[in-house]
Amino acid sequence: MVLSAADRAAVRALWRKLGSNVGIYATEALERTFTAFPTTKTYFAHFDLSPGSAQVKAHGNKVADALTTAVAHMDDLPGALSALSDLHAHQLRVDPINFKFLGHCLLVTLARHYPGDFGPAMHASLDKFLSHVISALASSYG
Amino acid sequence: MVHFSAEEKTAVTSLWGKVNVEEAGGEALGRLLVVYPWTQRFFDNFGNLSSASAIMGNPKVKAHGKKVLTSFGDAIKNMDNLKGVFAKLSELHCDKLHVDPENFRLLGNVLVIILASHFGKEFTPGVQAAWQKLVAGVATALAHKYH
Repeated sequence: MVLSAADRAAVRALWRKLGSNVGIYATEALERTFTAFPTTKTYFAHFDLSPGSAQVKAHGNKVADALTTAVAHMDDLPGALSALSDLHAHQLRVDPINFKFLGHCLLVTLARHYPGDFGPAMHASLDKFLSHVISALASSYG
Repeated sequence: MVHFSAEEKTAVTSLWGKVNVEEAGGEALGRLLVVYPWTQRFFDNFGNLSSASAIMGNPKVKAHGKKVLTSFGDAIKNMDNLKGVFAKLSELHCDKLHVDPENFRLLGNVLVIILASHFGKEFTPGVQAAWQKLVAGVATALAHKYH
């Protein structure tokens, strides 16, 4: 599954539309991940995970920045995300299945907020993009 | 066996009451075929699946989507016995249709995304969680008779 020129254009266009709200949506995606897939909370036992948590919001902003970096480097996701991959693999030791849960919740969040933009073709491009991000994040795993 | 709390059941049934099964079914199956193109392997005789718009407009896709989602509706009426509800369909999908159960999980997640886009504000994290539990339960029940 290669990211076609059309996929990249679609993702960039949507990201432009999200503008400075990427942090808000990433935070919502995280909240949804914790609620819908409770096993993911095991990585955040040290966090306050109640609704509106400042820690979750801060983490959402981190995730948002990483995704924005990914959008800007779709030609070389493994390169752009290599430091984050090392971090998740060797320090945080997050089972990569969890990236899929967060990816899915991000799609849910974006579908909720931009239903008019979330047609089947955009859905497909975003899903592919997130799959590539997840692959890149998992690339340092042993 | 999956157990649903009273709250979870309400979250599911109250939303389901507002779903247009025919439309949502067609959309869910259509998006599955668009977003995960390998799933088209099960629908060779459906005619034109050559583009996203061909798929979404294909009458066979819509009809089959309606069938699939109607089945979901049966599940929702029997959330405490998903394995029972899907026993025959499970045999069918394994023995005759030869469908990898991973595809049930993919379809379930596509359905959740569609519900999010239709119900926006109402589709809170708690409501989503109840639906994720349901689609996971349905996928498991459908895979139960595989051997």
